[in-house]
Amino acid sequence: MMTAVRITLTVNGTRHDDDVEPRLLLVHYLRETRGLTGTNVGCDTTSCGACTVLLDGESVKSCTVLAVQADGGEVTTIEGLASGDAMHPVQEAFREHHGLQCGYCTPGMVMAAVSFLAEHPDPSEDEVRHGLEGNLCRCTGYHNIVKAVMAAAKTPAAPRA
Amino acid sequence: MIPSAFDYVRAASVDEALAQLAEHGDEAKLLAGGHSLLPLMKLRLAAPTVLIDIGRLRDLSYVRDGGNHVAVGALTRHRDVEVSDLLRAEVPLLAHTAGLVGDPQVRHRGTIGGSVAHGDPASDLPAVVLALGGTLVARGPGGEREIAAGEFFHGFLETALAPDEMLTEIRLPKRPGAGWSYQKFNRRAQDWAIVGVAAVRNGGAGVALVNMGSTPLRATAVEQALASGASPADAAAHAAEGTEPPDDLNGSADYRRHLVQVLVRRALEEAGARG
Repeated sequence: MMTAVRITLTVNGTRHDDDVEPRLLLVHYLRETRGLTGTNVGCDTTSCGACTVLLDGESVKSCTVLAVQADGGEVTTIEGLASGDAMHPVQEAFREHHGLQCGYCTPGMVMAAVSFLAEHPDPSEDEVRHGLEGNLCRCTGYHNIVKAVMAAAKTPAAPRA
Repeated sequence: MIPSAFDYVRAASVDEALAQLAEHGDEAKLLAGGHSLLPLMKLRLAAPTVLIDIGRLRDLSYVRDGGNHVAVGALTRHRDVEVSDLLRAEVPLLAHTAGLVGDPQVRHRGTIGGSVAHGDPASDLPAVVLALGGTLVARGPGGEREIAAGEFFHGFLETALAPDEMLTEIRLPKRPGAGWSYQKFNRRAQDWAIVGVAAVRNGGAGVALVNMGSTPLRATAVEQALASGASPADAAAHAAEGTEPPDDLNGSADYRRHLVQVLVRRALEEAGARG
């Protein structure tokens, strides 16, 4: 039972080899094995989106992906978005437009927005609202979150992770 | 929540997956995108002791023109179904509805084969395959067989697939010029449908219901009424016949019996306007 599996993951640009239990969830791998606690666990039931990260460039809920499923892949977490001191345009837009209140949903919200903008470079407000359906903000701060994503979409040459 | 412990094997081909299924029997489960199975395992409602990961069989991720039908590989992710030009042109009901499954993150991982093989009556895509009169292709130790969608869903989370079989392809007949509609009624954007209706019309009609019983259901009374010339509103009045909808926090069985008539009428009207 429970034979450990060797996985190789590139997290925020750095390659790591680890022996993991098959049932280890990607979110726990990121938080506990890698110490990257920017990715939050909210509902733990694929609903709230707090644990959203990019897997090979696409948003996924890391509470519903096994670390072994991500083997060989590239993961980007909120810690990997900025380039040095320069925030990612989506992070910058969230700051500028105050797209957060308590901040708990923010890392997942930002990662979902980055993935959404890669697929919809010129979205309407309605598309933004639908595009963030997988992320809940219990402060109900959606108004400024949508404003921030719309603003980020208009940032010229926004690098999209 | 953490699933109970299991052994993990990765299949590099369909044959390898079938060999693993044969070896481990019903202790094993196939893992595709994991977006039906892993939530159940985290809640410990499912506790397979072996997971056979077929998620890397990229040769089962495709959308192909099969002449009179479109063939979709079982491991095609919802997002790829949603944006497929071929499906948007030939089977728009499927492409559209794939874009309504869960939320963007779920659609990046979940697969059409996983959704159909899971056979959840509350899922969107099984009802779409049923309304379209699709065919499911399965492989097992004895080779390949085709199963009509109408014979695929046997009971709650039970399908015609044998424990040693694997769903490999979903075939959807082309219905040129057909009107179509998918009505999904829920209270929160990403939720399962409280009730859903998939409809396709050109000449004959295919109407299938989501979350109105222990399996996705064909609304045969509605289809028969339409065949004998009933209006959408009159045909929709038959929508609850033969259903046994669940009673839960989202709605009573009576509420669903009412709602399904409203949604079938809307679906038939929208399909009529599109056809």
